[in-house]
Amino acid sequence: MGKARSAARGRASAAPAGPWGGRARPNPNPFEVKVNRQKFQVLGRKTRHDVGLPGVSRARALQKRTQTLLKEYKERDKSSVFRDKRFGEYNSSISPEEKMMKRFALEQQRQHEKKSIYNLNEDEELTHYGQSLADIEKHNDIVDSDSDAEDQGVLSAELTATHFGGGGGPLPGKAAQQPGGGEEPPKSRRELIEELIARSKQEKRERQAQREDALELTEKLDQDWKEIQALLARKTPKSESGGGKEKPEPDAYDMMVRELGFEMKAQPSNRMKTEEELAREEQARLRRLEAERLRRMLGREEEAHSKRPKHLSADDLNDGFVLDTDGRRLLSYKDGKMNVEEEPSGDASGGETGEEEEEGEGWSEGGPEDSDSPDGHSDLESDAGSEDARGPDSPDGLESDAESEVTSERPQGGQRPSPRERLTRDVRAAARAELPYTFAVPESCEELKSLLLGKSTEDQLLVVERIQKCNHPSLAVGNKAKLEKLFGFLLEYIGDLAASDPPELCVIDKLVVPLYNLCQMFPESASDAVKFVLRDAMHEMEGTVETTGRAAFPGLDVLIYLKIAGMLFPTSDFWHPVITPALLCLSQLLTKCPVQSLQDVVKGLFVCCVFLDYVSLSQRFIPELINFLAGILHMATPNKQSQGYTLVHPFRAHGKNSELLLVSDEEDMATWQRRSLPLQWAGSLKAQSKTEANHTRLSCLAVCLALVRRCVVAYGLLPSFHDITQPLRALLTEYLSARCCPAALQELSRSILTEMESQPRHCRPLVCEKSKPVPLKLFTPRLVKVLEFGRKQGSTKEEQERRRLIHKHKREFKGAVREIRKDNQFLARMRLSEIMERDAERKRKVKQLFNSLATQEGEWKALKRKKFKK
Amino acid sequence: MRATARLSCPARRDDGGSGRDVSGAPGGGATGLVCPAWGGGMEGDAGPGGARRALGHLVEAVLASRGEANAVFDILAVLQSEDQEEIQEAVHACSRLFGALLARGELFVGPLPSEEMVLTGSRGATRKYKVWMRHRYQSCCNRLGELLAHPSFQVKELALSTLMKFVQLEGEHPLEQPKWESNYLFPHQLFRLVVGGLLSPEEDRSLLLSQFREFLEHDDIRYHTMQAASDTVARATDGRPEVPLAFWNNAFMLLSSVSLPRQEGTLSSFYVKHTELSDKWKVVHLKEHRKAFQQMWLRFLKHQLPLRVCKKVLVIMHDSILPHLAQPSLMIDFLTRAYDIGGAVSLLALNGLFILIHKHNLEYPDFYRKLYGLLDPSVFHVKYRARFFHLADLFLSSSHLPAYLVAAFAKRLARLALTAPPEALLMVLPFICNLLRRHPACRVLMHRPRGPELDADPYDPTEEDPAQSRALESSLWELQALQQHYHPEVSKAASAINQALSVPEVSIAPLLEVTAFEIFERDLKKKGPESVPLEFIPARGLLGRREDLCAQLFTLS
Repeated sequence: MGKARSAARGRASAAPAGPWGGRARPNPNPFEVKVNRQKFQVLGRKTRHDVGLPGVSRARALQKRTQTLLKEYKERDKSSVFRDKRFGEYNSSISPEEKMMKRFALEQQRQHEKKSIYNLNEDEELTHYGQSLADIEKHNDIVDSDSDAEDQGVLSAELTATHFGGGGGPLPGKAAQQPGGGEEPPKSRRELIEELIARSKQEKRERQAQREDALELTEKLDQDWKEIQALLARKTPKSESGGGKEKPEPDAYDMMVRELGFEMKAQPSNRMKTEEELAREEQARLRRLEAERLRRMLGREEEAHSKRPKHLSADDLNDGFVLDTDGRRLLSYKDGKMNVEEEPSGDASGGETGEEEEEGEGWSEGGPEDSDSPDGHSDLESDAGSEDARGPDSPDGLESDAESEVTSERPQGGQRPSPRERLTRDVRAAARAELPYTFAVPESCEELKSLLLGKSTEDQLLVVERIQKCNHPSLAVGNKAKLEKLFGFLLEYIGDLAASDPPELCVIDKLVVPLYNLCQMFPESASDAVKFVLRDAMHEMEGTVETTGRAAFPGLDVLIYLKIAGMLFPTSDFWHPVITPALLCLSQLLTKCPVQSLQDVVKGLFVCCVFLDYVSLSQRFIPELINFLAGILHMATPNKQSQGYTLVHPFRAHGKNSELLLVSDEEDMATWQRRSLPLQWAGSLKAQSKTEANHTRLSCLAVCLALVRRCVVAYGLLPSFHDITQPLRALLTEYLSARCCPAALQELSRSILTEMESQPRHCRPLVCEKSKPVPLKLFTPRLVKVLEFGRKQGSTKEEQERRRLIHKHKREFKGAVREIRKDNQFLARMRLSEIMERDAERKRKVKQLFNSLATQEGEWKALKRKKFKK
Repeated sequence: MRATARLSCPARRDDGGSGRDVSGAPGGGATGLVCPAWGGGMEGDAGPGGARRALGHLVEAVLASRGEANAVFDILAVLQSEDQEEIQEAVHACSRLFGALLARGELFVGPLPSEEMVLTGSRGATRKYKVWMRHRYQSCCNRLGELLAHPSFQVKELALSTLMKFVQLEGEHPLEQPKWESNYLFPHQLFRLVVGGLLSPEEDRSLLLSQFREFLEHDDIRYHTMQAASDTVARATDGRPEVPLAFWNNAFMLLSSVSLPRQEGTLSSFYVKHTELSDKWKVVHLKEHRKAFQQMWLRFLKHQLPLRVCKKVLVIMHDSILPHLAQPSLMIDFLTRAYDIGGAVSLLALNGLFILIHKHNLEYPDFYRKLYGLLDPSVFHVKYRARFFHLADLFLSSSHLPAYLVAAFAKRLARLALTAPPEALLMVLPFICNLLRRHPACRVLMHRPRGPELDADPYDPTEEDPAQSRALESSLWELQALQQHYHPEVSKAASAINQALSVPEVSIAPLLEVTAFEIFERDLKKKGPESVPLEFIPARGLLGRREDLCAQLFTLS
């Protein structure tokens, strides 16, 4: 503590020493000046200590110490301290007026207490404003403290008169003012004073009243303003909810009127869009999505500008303040109906939700039930958003909002949203009276199956749809998780349907639509579910592949899953968390599964179709597909010279299945008609007669040729197209030369061949992209800005700052140490002088004693000698 | 005396093992153990426990006095039984009986004279007994050898362990006269019987062979197995045009389980316990073991092996055969023959050839040409892909190869890559890039500024000679095509040729073993930066939109 104090003192004493020691002093005593001579002149160096006044500064330091340190030293053993014991002196929470009141009360109390119980005639002293009246009587020059404070320096005539007029007679001014009251007895001095006091008191009261009035008025104005402001900015000031002032509860009518009034004033934006506009918007949306898709397909990183900051107004203070959006809904129309509930308020809500909702519109093709549900889904975020925005507006915040939402939505989620809808729905309801209207979300796949099994396709769809509606995420908290699970269950159910015999493809066909909707709602969980089934399928296959090196074609369900995955997610992305594994899965199917029956052929061809559909937009190259098609063609080719092509893994040039697709019956060839393959056959191919089997073979071949054609078209532009299709070409020529196929197929393969030939052969030599040339090494010196001479350079700004601070600290530290040392020296000197002084005193006293003793002794001896002489 | 009476007519009990009791003890021994000869009171307790006890009594009796020696016939009779459990009991009994006799030295030592001669002869009764007993022992061993082919595995196993026990005991108490001081004696006859039983031409004995493997830990057994195996193989294939596959499999199993110790040192872990080991014995020298090992394999491999066995041999060739041979270059014949077969066998032969070329200075003409010929589309689909590319990487790692050769390889691989699955592509694309990195002269394949535009690829894929393939005039258009591959990683790997290649090579070792399933799992686990993108065109049905291929080519019903 002492250190700190002395350091502070040292600084205090050092600070003025600077200017004193400097050259600034007008005419220093030349004998006191000390000059530090410089040996060499250094360019750019500032010299600060070339001239000094050591004597003067020492004297000042000494003086300062005697004033502070010495004083402290001398008072070192004295402990008495002055303490202000007045009531509440150090309590800042009490206002001065209150403090005064309390103090006064205390004083009064003290006076009331009798000093001695035996003193009977002790009277309490009467006071006025803390002054005893007796005193006032004595000194009449007491001025009212209040008036003193307020009209300082303004002396009223009466006051002056009373003060300075002196005398016992009436005031001359007063007398002049009251000419009528001559016979009135002249007022005594006391009366006069009382009158004066009364008047000044009244004045004071009036002034106070005036001030209060003004205050009240301001407040009122404030309130008025607030009301208006609320209307203007559509925002309640926070003080209103905070301030406990009660407002009259506005009745419903008023509210509605006001609301209507302001709504009318709000943007008249949502007029019904014309067909053209809708089409244009849809087109713009699609274009934007397509651009996004292209970006992902090419695998580019998200461009920077897509994340650019929001628009900032010129007036934005950049203080994070955002004007709350208006939470109320605006009147809007959609599809010719008044949009009562769900619509977010026009353009105010984000563009995205708008688009999503349009998206919903896009697919809901007719059924009035459909038209509502997607809106409900897509409005999820916007609803939440508007709720948030409305939060402070309504007194009881979110709950009431949520409640209103629930109450308003339930009827819609149930059955009767609009008259028109109700009509159609009634008809339907009559038709399916047995279906309940509300469903809980199934907790397991079995539950879902028990709900759906045995119902017609339409009913199943309706059930799924109702499950979705009754458990819309906005209705209850847990619904989101439940519906997320529903996707997985539906997927599993579809797998079961596909695996059943015969596969119920029509039901699946219809169930794809709700699946797509659910996927749009919960992309993450949907992708997880799809990944899960894919992993399952692959895992199963991997098990057999590891042991035997091959695997049988999986059931139809896996193929359906793959197909569905391609519909739910964009297949053209360069990388996609679901699609990329799905592609690998397809590739495994084509490379690891040997074709052993006609059913396998159908499955394989379907896989090829799915594969090609996956890459239909991105036009990516699939080596496995070419191999597979070549293998299938090989199976259909009669006499195999095996020239110009080699088959790879799942196929063998010679083997028991190498002539699986060979048709040699002329009659069957003639009766065959081209048609598309039923997907059912992939699930279960029933035993067929020989002719039918032959027809199936030819159909498969036709599909295969169609796929080959598609490949030729798609890969025509690849650099080594001719090398890629070389096996196909060889096989096709061979196939044609065998002349054992229907005319249609011959025609088809011939056209494929010509198309292959017509593809340009461009073999431009490859050239690497020019990489940036590596710069030569340069040997120019590195230039560093010299900021300060000395050793503090050549580093970053932070480092320099740090060094500067360290340096400063060091200097300060040294200075403080020096000061402390000087303080100690000073104190030691003081102590020494004290001791010396004490010693000298003692010496003096001892000497004195000795003197007196010596004289005594002398006297005594003299007396003795005298006696002796006698 | 009963024993002598029965001993007196042993001519009828030949070692065919059908030793039936003459003296009224009926041949019911084949099925029922309850024969009066075993004592009257034992009829009640049939079954394994009773049988064990009965056999135990018999063994005790025979071991107790020579007078009861005829009971051996009863024991041997049970060996002929059909019932598995009885046989097992009998084997146990035989093992005890002859084990004790061998240890006691109650069997005739020396070249065995014929039974009739001895019995009619006028030598001492003890000698007669010993010769007679030795004959019983012989027939027991023969029967045990037959039991190695018994359908039940327990019996086989038991027979094997009993025979091996006899081998051990016979080794300790040899039945031959030592010709000189500290002559090394081993029951070759008996052991050959064991090995012959193991290498059956009829059925797969892999289980039994794996049992036998534990005996191969012992140095002497290993040595004699090698000798016996080469003998057996020679005998089995002698003059027979067609040898069944099972034999080759068994032989390979046995041969491959022989593994010599890697480091030099005295061999001391013997199955047959010897009091002291002599330095003169062949068994204790590793060199001799190597010789035997080499002879065994050479004799095995000189035959026309089935393709599958051939593959198996090639798989272990580099690791467990070549290092132990006394003269590895003797394998050249086999390896070149295998290399010429083509296909997967050639790929496998590469490994052995590589070791011979690399370590034993083998000059192989047209090696690279043949390697070039090995590259066909199936190379990406075979099981030994990783091994092949590992070796190919080694072969092509030399920087002294001519540019035309490397270019031909790069071009060939690129051409093959057009049919490869993604997991192979992920490996072969860096492989090609590495080739180009090592041989800057080949960089024209990816960078040929101011080259003339061509009508067709000058590279000739059908040419067998890499020198004639004109690969250096071509470019790697295939890789350019693969930049359009559907898998993002493949596409990225193929795009490496767009820029000048970076200097350090990419190690392909971790890529060799990658399977499609691993890539699949990796892709599944990868997390994208953004949320999952969704398809924006709404789904209408299972087959998709009208312009989709599925909708065009397939119908739902």
